[in-house]
Amino acid sequence: MGTLSVNLCGIEIDNPIIPASGTFGYGYEFAELYDINMLGTFSFKGTTKDPRFGNPTSRIAECTAGMINAVGLQNPGVEKVISEELPKMSKVFHKKVMANVSGFAVEDYAYTCQKLDACPEVGWLEVNVSCPNVHGGGMSFGTDPSAAAEVTKAVKAVTTKPVIVKLSPNVTDIVAIAKACEEAGADGISLINTMLGMRIDLKTRKPIIANKMGGFSGPAIFPVAVRMVYQVAHAVNIPVIGMGGVSSAEDVIEMMLAGATAVEVGAANLVEPYACRNIINDLPKAMEKYGINNLRDIIKGVK
Amino acid sequence: MKQSIFTIETNRPLTDNVYLMKLCGDVSEITAPGQFINIKLDGLYLRRPISVCDCDKDSVTIIYKVVGKGTEQMSNMASGELDILTGLGNGYDLSKSGDRPLLVGGGVGVPPLYMLAKELIAQGKKVSVVLGFNTKDEVFYKEEFEKLGAEVYVTTVDGSMGIKGFVTDAIGEIDYSYVYTCGPEPMLKALYRSIKTSGQFSFEERMGCGFGACMGCSCKTVTGYKRICKDGPVLEKEEILWEL
Repeated sequence: MGTLSVNLCGIEIDNPIIPASGTFGYGYEFAELYDINMLGTFSFKGTTKDPRFGNPTSRIAECTAGMINAVGLQNPGVEKVISEELPKMSKVFHKKVMANVSGFAVEDYAYTCQKLDACPEVGWLEVNVSCPNVHGGGMSFGTDPSAAAEVTKAVKAVTTKPVIVKLSPNVTDIVAIAKACEEAGADGISLINTMLGMRIDLKTRKPIIANKMGGFSGPAIFPVAVRMVYQVAHAVNIPVIGMGGVSSAEDVIEMMLAGATAVEVGAANLVEPYACRNIINDLPKAMEKYGINNLRDIIKGVK
Repeated sequence: MKQSIFTIETNRPLTDNVYLMKLCGDVSEITAPGQFINIKLDGLYLRRPISVCDCDKDSVTIIYKVVGKGTEQMSNMASGELDILTGLGNGYDLSKSGDRPLLVGGGVGVPPLYMLAKELIAQGKKVSVVLGFNTKDEVFYKEEFEKLGAEVYVTTVDGSMGIKGFVTDAIGEIDYSYVYTCGPEPMLKALYRSIKTSGQFSFEERMGCGFGACMGCSCKTVTGYKRICKDGPVLEKEEILWEL
């Protein structure tokens, strides 16, 4: 059997499969179904400084080969994440976890990241400058290179663990933003977050999503994700985590060929709760089929 | 929660656009009336959450209304297999029923009350059921509830069957100890204001996963934020906060 382990910003993980933030909660629901310790790691629900309910419902709309969500960063706030969720999570997940952080001001990001950086359960900080579902924050930091760099710098100044900046695809030049984050000290880049989308109910003529628009994810966005991972991975010298519509072992291999060191799986977890387990189980066979002995060898292997 | 493959045993219309489907498979995770199952359909990305109407040792019955692509597709399936998640949602808590529980259903909110009525009657409770519809042609499952031994009242908005009006027009003459209900939100709201006892209300919301992972169906309650799919769909009357 081939080797699945990869090195993500200085930490060895058993395989490159990482459930994406917002599709895996804190792992509890999935731990009822399978041993989630088989995962490389997972990125837990996006955390903000203060508790948030998020957006009004409806928050979900179906699309062809995908879905739109406008949850709006519902979470109990960093204090409760640390005092309540992490102790519960560590009972079902014994590896280093990825802490996903969002904010509405540069100081929020720094505050939340500093708190989570101090938690022994946390291995990486994934700084989300790309949430399309909150006003006056989130994505607005990720659509401007200097704002993304400012958040990165502020977080790096108060943390010790690898900082991975999660980028939005809703930009004209993804490479400029990735490079700005790298120059500001980011240890890695993850992409893509969801694409801004919208659906309208023909009967009511109203948007299906109460917040009107939301983040489009699922297999439909996979080609966009592969393209952006390819562009970024060939422009920066730090590891890239690829995500966006990944649903199979073949998708993982394609994403790694494009330049991903590890791969996050998002929407697939919601419709196929065993998606990540299945992908990990299917990887050895897919590697054999494509003549891959060691997954690390194919990172950025596209010719 | 469990994922397994079910075989379609029956799929037949009850009215113009309401169908009954009986599915054979592993029902071990279905532990309470009021729970739902989440069905994967070919070519559609999200699963379809449908409430459990009845359940025996190796089959589950659902009743669904054709409202969109998914339920349309389901209505055309004569046979075949379906990938289904079972054991979703909290379901109704029977222990609070008292001796004379009242069950109130509106439209496709009626089905989950069937298994509830069956279990309450098996416990020796005197069950009254109010079934609300718009018109006579939409009425289903009246006889099935009667066969269980429940006292059944039907209301229709146009008065073409039973009591003319809404479910709230029927409850005045009934002596009850507790209320269980499922139906459209305006009905739940009206009932919330009308009933004299406590009760349990089953809610509906657009869902992403159906098992608590995505936060797509959250609502605010007196006891904090709850996920309709995981912490609900059944909420206690006292914890409900109506959105304005």
